[in-house]
Amino acid sequence: MEREIIFRLKSPYRDEFQVQGFRFGKGEKSVAIVGSIRGDEVQQQFICSQIVKNLIEIEAKGGIKPGHEILVIPSVNHFSMNINKRFWAMDNTDINRMFPGYDKGETTQRIAYAVFEEVRKYKYGIQLASFYLPGEFIPHVRMMNTGYQDTELASYFGMPYVMVREPKPYDTALLNYNLQIFNTQAFSIYAGTTDTIHKPSAKIAWLSVLRFLSKMDIIDYNCHSGYNSSVISDDHQVTVKATCGGILYNMSRANDEIKEGDLLAKILDPYTGETLCNIVSPSNGTLFFSYQKPLISEHTVLYKIITQ
Amino acid sequence: MIKTIISESLPVYEKLLVRKKIISGATGNKRVCIVTGTHGDELEGQYVCYELNRLLQENIDNLKGSVEIYPALNPLGVDSVKRGFPAFDLDMNRIFPGDSHGHLIEYMASRIMDDLVGADMVIDIHSSNIFLREMPQVRVNVDMAPVLVPYARLLNTDFIWVHDAATVLEATLAHSLNVLNTKTLVVEMGVGMRITREYGDRLVTGIFNLLSNLGMWDGEVPDSIVNPMLSTDGEVHFLNAEASGVIIPAVSHSMCVLKGDLLCQIVDPLQGTVLHNVVSPVDGVVFTLRSYPIVYEGSLIARIFSQKKE
Repeated sequence: MEREIIFRLKSPYRDEFQVQGFRFGKGEKSVAIVGSIRGDEVQQQFICSQIVKNLIEIEAKGGIKPGHEILVIPSVNHFSMNINKRFWAMDNTDINRMFPGYDKGETTQRIAYAVFEEVRKYKYGIQLASFYLPGEFIPHVRMMNTGYQDTELASYFGMPYVMVREPKPYDTALLNYNLQIFNTQAFSIYAGTTDTIHKPSAKIAWLSVLRFLSKMDIIDYNCHSGYNSSVISDDHQVTVKATCGGILYNMSRANDEIKEGDLLAKILDPYTGETLCNIVSPSNGTLFFSYQKPLISEHTVLYKIITQ
Repeated sequence: MIKTIISESLPVYEKLLVRKKIISGATGNKRVCIVTGTHGDELEGQYVCYELNRLLQENIDNLKGSVEIYPALNPLGVDSVKRGFPAFDLDMNRIFPGDSHGHLIEYMASRIMDDLVGADMVIDIHSSNIFLREMPQVRVNVDMAPVLVPYARLLNTDFIWVHDAATVLEATLAHSLNVLNTKTLVVEMGVGMRITREYGDRLVTGIFNLLSNLGMWDGEVPDSIVNPMLSTDGEVHFLNAEASGVIIPAVSHSMCVLKGDLLCQIVDPLQGTVLHNVVSPVDGVVFTLRSYPIVYEGSLIARIFSQKKE
């Protein structure tokens, strides 16, 4: 393993900012793995650290197959993580909305450019990503429908689901989208949580990455074959939203099997405790996403149900 | 008349309210909408809304049709000094046209779109951010320029910037309205978290000029409307910091500079040294200038417009 600095930036008064990479093996640039890009992606950073730890052990046993190089970038934005911010410490811009970046542009465009120029050289790109809403997902692989996505490859992660979704205009500056456009097969791994470490789902995520590397014959690693992934899209999901605001008494978690008419949650009056509205499942299915904050506003997305 | 276009329950006994003021003349069917406060730290539009509101009501006999004023599309952000929509991770001006079945903010965006579509003109007022001060300007997507530039010239600003069509900008309110044939002009002026009264007064005059041009205003409009510089008559130059440090300015905003003029120094107060002398690469006008002194490598320091020489 070689540890190197991919990007460095002086700060007026803070320590130098460095984006570090860990390279394993030599040969074809096979897989690049990117951990936290936002400062609150602690679960993603933890997963990446476990991938690095495992790859160090695998490499020590001679388990990196000849002719393959793997790059792991555990953190792109610890300057924000260290001060409890999600976005860039200075101007609050989102590095994950700056790709493919620009080396003569704003600070976060330069960071994005440096990372992208490294990662785009690889055949496969894996990002440990987070969702914009606070809550938990069933761990899954996510891809955007750019016309370049390969869902069969995504199934090699052995995650329960491969989610393909239609890109929106603001998605065109994401790492995943740009990797696909620039001919790197890109996969985003959603590992349950974001700002808290949930080890069971973290382990599913890091094992899925090692499984992918094993199935692509890049590393020597024995693990069970994982799930036979179901490929889903927005069409396979029903969104359940809060019909009032209040204290959320959530009776359901991601991965719960539910039936039409099941009581999923209650929203309570924050003064009197009386039930303001019951949230009832509109269909049979599996809870793919569950909102997990104690307070909720009207029209907040509470659940996403896979109905297939 | 004040109309509430969005009323959504927050967790603890509060409604998220987006409201507009409708000011209608006795005759006329045209409708012009003034929107601002999408970014909660951009406050220059607040003065424009107030002043326009006041002047229209005092001179209502001169108005034909309706002017609708939306002072805060992001009321939680404006009232809590937050640029974004509190508790939400996306820039509110990157989620249009919204989604009536989506999350709260996407739903809001969809409702705002529904309310604005069909207006004869929408003016979306922004004021940069806390880092940069902008000369009064109208920004127009290059694809919309043939239609919008003639209207932009009426607004009494110094500059019209016709910019490239970036895909990510397709999610802005202005673009989303323009593609639905609701003409929308984006005004950028001043600096975040402040009100520059001079700029506000100029834009208010420009809006009355626009109303007059649309046949909606019978009152007087000063004949001192500025003929703005047009970006396609020259080139926009970006100056980004090449060192991280503290900026000591050497020029003022909106100044004309010559090639080689010192714009600012980036210094290291700990060492007492100059890290970088930032000089102008061209003769031109400084239409954007950094107002927040701390910079990292890459932070935007200035934008200079240089006109083509005859």
